[in-house]
Amino acid sequence: MELTATTTVRKPVTEVFAFWRDLQNLPTFMGHLEEVRTTGDRTSHWVADAPFGQNVEWDAEIVEEVQAERIAWRSTGDADVPNAGVVRFVPAPDGESTEVHVGLVYDIPGGAIGKAVARYFGEEPHQQLDDDLRRFKQVLETGEVVRSDGAPWGKRARKEFPQRPAQPLSDAELEKGPDA
Amino acid sequence: MRANTWAGRNKVEVRDVPDPKILNSRDAIVRITSTAICGSDLHLVDGYVPTMQDGDVLGHEFMGEVVEVGSGVAADRLRVGDRVVVPFPIACGACAACAAGLYSCCENTNPNAGISEKMFGHPTAGIFGYSHLTGGFAGGQAQYARVPFADVGPLKIESDLTDEQVLFLSDILPTGYMGADMCDIQPTDVVAVWGAGPVGQFAMDSARVLGAAKVIAIDKEPYRLQMAEQAGHTPVNFEEVDVRSRLLELTGGRGPDKCIDAVGLEATHGSAHISAYDRVKQAVRSETDRPHALRQAIMSCRSGGVVSVIGVYGGLIDKFPAGAWMNRSLTLRTGQCHVHRYMKPLLDRIERGELDPTRIITHTLPLDEAERGFEMFKNKEDNCEKVVLKP
Repeated sequence: MELTATTTVRKPVTEVFAFWRDLQNLPTFMGHLEEVRTTGDRTSHWVADAPFGQNVEWDAEIVEEVQAERIAWRSTGDADVPNAGVVRFVPAPDGESTEVHVGLVYDIPGGAIGKAVARYFGEEPHQQLDDDLRRFKQVLETGEVVRSDGAPWGKRARKEFPQRPAQPLSDAELEKGPDA
Repeated sequence: MRANTWAGRNKVEVRDVPDPKILNSRDAIVRITSTAICGSDLHLVDGYVPTMQDGDVLGHEFMGEVVEVGSGVAADRLRVGDRVVVPFPIACGACAACAAGLYSCCENTNPNAGISEKMFGHPTAGIFGYSHLTGGFAGGQAQYARVPFADVGPLKIESDLTDEQVLFLSDILPTGYMGADMCDIQPTDVVAVWGAGPVGQFAMDSARVLGAAKVIAIDKEPYRLQMAEQAGHTPVNFEEVDVRSRLLELTGGRGPDKCIDAVGLEATHGSAHISAYDRVKQAVRSETDRPHALRQAIMSCRSGGVVSVIGVYGGLIDKFPAGAWMNRSLTLRTGQCHVHRYMKPLLDRIERGELDPTRIITHTLPLDEAERGFEMFKNKEDNCEKVVLKP
């Protein structure tokens, strides 16, 4: 499965590139990622949440890096869902913003895991990546993921349809934190 | 706290809900001293805006006192104790739309941007109390409200103006003003305004302060037309006269130079069969909006004129007079109001006495009587023009 998405962030290309290059930032805005841990100069360990409360983990390496232009990575070893990604950073015509072009490739296996992954992405897999990039833009432009009463769970919002009513959170809900 | 909530189509209910808390670092909590029912709230209650949920707190026109600020709000911008009016669109102040002054198209404040993008092609800003399509933010017909990006939107009121004088800076005064502003009014202009509800009244007053030669009010409610006439505008009752003929008479056959649609998607029409056509299409959802006012404004406007739309549309319309629009060189301008742009200049005009927003208030009720307020406003009972609620 190949997914592409793009957004424009009103920040200089060096800043936008640097934020993405620190792969540990990715879970702040990517809905399915629990954690990305840097394990070396070009290597990292990724943990994604999967259906039924299970996690899927894999190692990845950066295979290409052109400062302020391009980052590409791919999973290594025996990943459950082999995957690869590339991001291009292009100065926007306004002279102050950065276009971010993301491409992801998932090699979805057969069997139970494949079915679970397919269900996870649902009928509109692009929507998830679009929402990820919207949050990426929010974090860079405003400092954090924006929460509303109807969609208070930040990057978990996609799972919440129908949403909770647009009325203030109870104390119990509030205690769950932004990524409950 | 007490809050007025959506309880299904044609039903609102004041209920107990949790008090709002800070969710993002640039939030503030405002204790509401005055709030209002807006004509666009009726679109929600009448069921014309999708993605409403039982329990959604309504209200996007409110003001009050700041009682808590998040850690990300600088003290020189806003602090506890400040008296503020809150603009209805939520804007981040940092994205390209905000930088261009297009606050109601803010790219960052709608957590449900994915839905709004599907309906509108591109996402729009978060709005208080105005469906999940615009973010699912609890509204201000309540005792308290959480205000995101409190360092961007709220306008501090530091003079001793009353709530009633400044409350409408939250929406309808800037909205009416933007309707006139988009008309690029010249001293020779005749400006016609469809709809003599609160926004229409303010569009008329704004056209006057921007220098129009004559302002015409089009409606069918005698009390609303009388209110416009008392403010110096020329009334036209579309149930009594043919609007186009009357406008030609009033303009020496030229047609109004500038036309403002302050009606939107639930227009009624003097011609029963056209009204029925759109009602049927709307009922079967093959047309979501009833655009009589817009059609008539386009047909009436003089060649080369401007049609400015501030009435709310939510979806699709039928029989758009594209031929008249194109062949007669009309300019169509519109937008949800970019309230942040207009609040301070309009506050200055209120302070100078050029605009008196209090003139439209006909009813003041306790918040707990919101349901009665909605009924009166919707059914135009007791000459109801504008309801202010006191929490």
